[in-house]
Amino acid sequence: MGLTVKSTGNQVFSKTNKKKYRYQIAIAGNPNVGKSTIFNALTGMKQHTGNWPGKTVENTTGICTFHKENYLLVDIPGTYSLMSNSEEEEIARDYICFTPLDATVVIVDATCLERSLNLVEQIMEMTQNVIVCVNLLDEAQKKKIEINLKKLEKILGVPVVGTIAKKKKTLRILMETIEKTVKSKKKQEGKIIKYSQEIEEVIMNIQNKIEYHSSQTSLQKRWCVLKILDGDEKIIQTIEKKQQIKIQKNEELQNYLQKLRQQKEFQKQYIRDKLINTIVKETEEICKEVVIFHEEDYQKKGRKIDKILTSKIWGIPIMLAFLGIILWITIIGANYPSQVLSAFFGKIQEYLEAWASLYEIPVWLKGIAIDRNLSNRNMDSSCYATTYGNILSFIYFIRGLGSFTKNCI
Amino acid sequence: MQKLGQIALNQTAYIDSIECEENIKRRLLELGLIQGTKIKPVFKSPLGDPTAYEIRGTLISIRNEEANRIIVKTR
Repeated sequence: MGLTVKSTGNQVFSKTNKKKYRYQIAIAGNPNVGKSTIFNALTGMKQHTGNWPGKTVENTTGICTFHKENYLLVDIPGTYSLMSNSEEEEIARDYICFTPLDATVVIVDATCLERSLNLVEQIMEMTQNVIVCVNLLDEAQKKKIEINLKKLEKILGVPVVGTIAKKKKTLRILMETIEKTVKSKKKQEGKIIKYSQEIEEVIMNIQNKIEYHSSQTSLQKRWCVLKILDGDEKIIQTIEKKQQIKIQKNEELQNYLQKLRQQKEFQKQYIRDKLINTIVKETEEICKEVVIFHEEDYQKKGRKIDKILTSKIWGIPIMLAFLGIILWITIIGANYPSQVLSAFFGKIQEYLEAWASLYEIPVWLKGIAIDRNLSNRNMDSSCYATTYGNILSFIYFIRGLGSFTKNCI
Repeated sequence: MQKLGQIALNQTAYIDSIECEENIKRRLLELGLIQGTKIKPVFKSPLGDPTAYEIRGTLISIRNEEANRIIVKTR
């Protein structure tokens, strides 16, 4: 199983926390965009990575040393959004909002930038020093998708880095960007989304009615208002507790809100839809500007395979056939490589026996050391090696095939 | 006006409104299924439920139960 205590639990936390670090960096992103792979590459940890969404369910931390400085990296659960009520989204949101972070790296999928940018916009709305890391550039290249990173950087107003997790050089550029961001004296803010004029007016009105804590940035103030408008009580309570501001006991504010909600377009459902709509439309616009599809039907190939494997008529027979082939190979086909291995070990045994008789090693010792050991191991290992080798390589092959299962919600 | 679940494979439709339960509606909106978005069923799973839809350059699969509460237009 992927989710062992070792890979997600407190052990990892306590182990890395003993080391001193100067900067704290969060790594956020959609599920299955290679967050954990980048995290492992940077920290040198071997946290389990897997090819399925939702693998990380808790924050995992690790230390990355770059230019003799220690960075605490925090791998937070992958989410598509930070507005819903699922557990991972709450963990991710609370962490980004209420932890004094030096920077937040949002990893996005180059092959479907539009979906990922939604999250980027949401994170830019709640925290400063955001860095966008466009990962899977190699996959995008295969699908003939070109992304204008410079332009994206200009539109978003935050640093954008392109990476290929396997290529160390691209990761170094990412670390250099992080270093530059955390060391600059002024915190950067990206271009945040502007809502319709009437919503912006209401935001200003609400902001004037709240007594904020002096340490809060204007971004945090705005985000807090957006959450009040959105009306999610759980978040509001958390904000009250963590940022020490009065919301529910602020009579002036509550009166204002009550009046506001009487207007149809400011009822909870409507305003929520409107806020999300604005973000989605914004990301749509950005993508039109920066993404070029050189091949219209770039998903065709993967889809063809999916279509056959999941079709009504062929799906199940193909699966059975695959299983049959695996069984055949493990039971009968594996005999051939087994024999080769057997022969190989047999040869070694012969040599050893010859060597043993040459040096007049006692028969009893020879029996223990060579005969019993080798001939047993000979049988076992050659069988195991080929059997497991076959099964594993088949599983990897099948896993690599489909994109269908990866995109289920 | 039609339900998304009634759209034939490979026929393009445009989202009009979502009448699912609040949490699910939210999730769908966040994935980009807002009003006017192009959506196309591309294949069904072997037992016919769920169906995979192409939307904004990615595939997502939606249960028929939800698809029947998504109102679409075929322009």
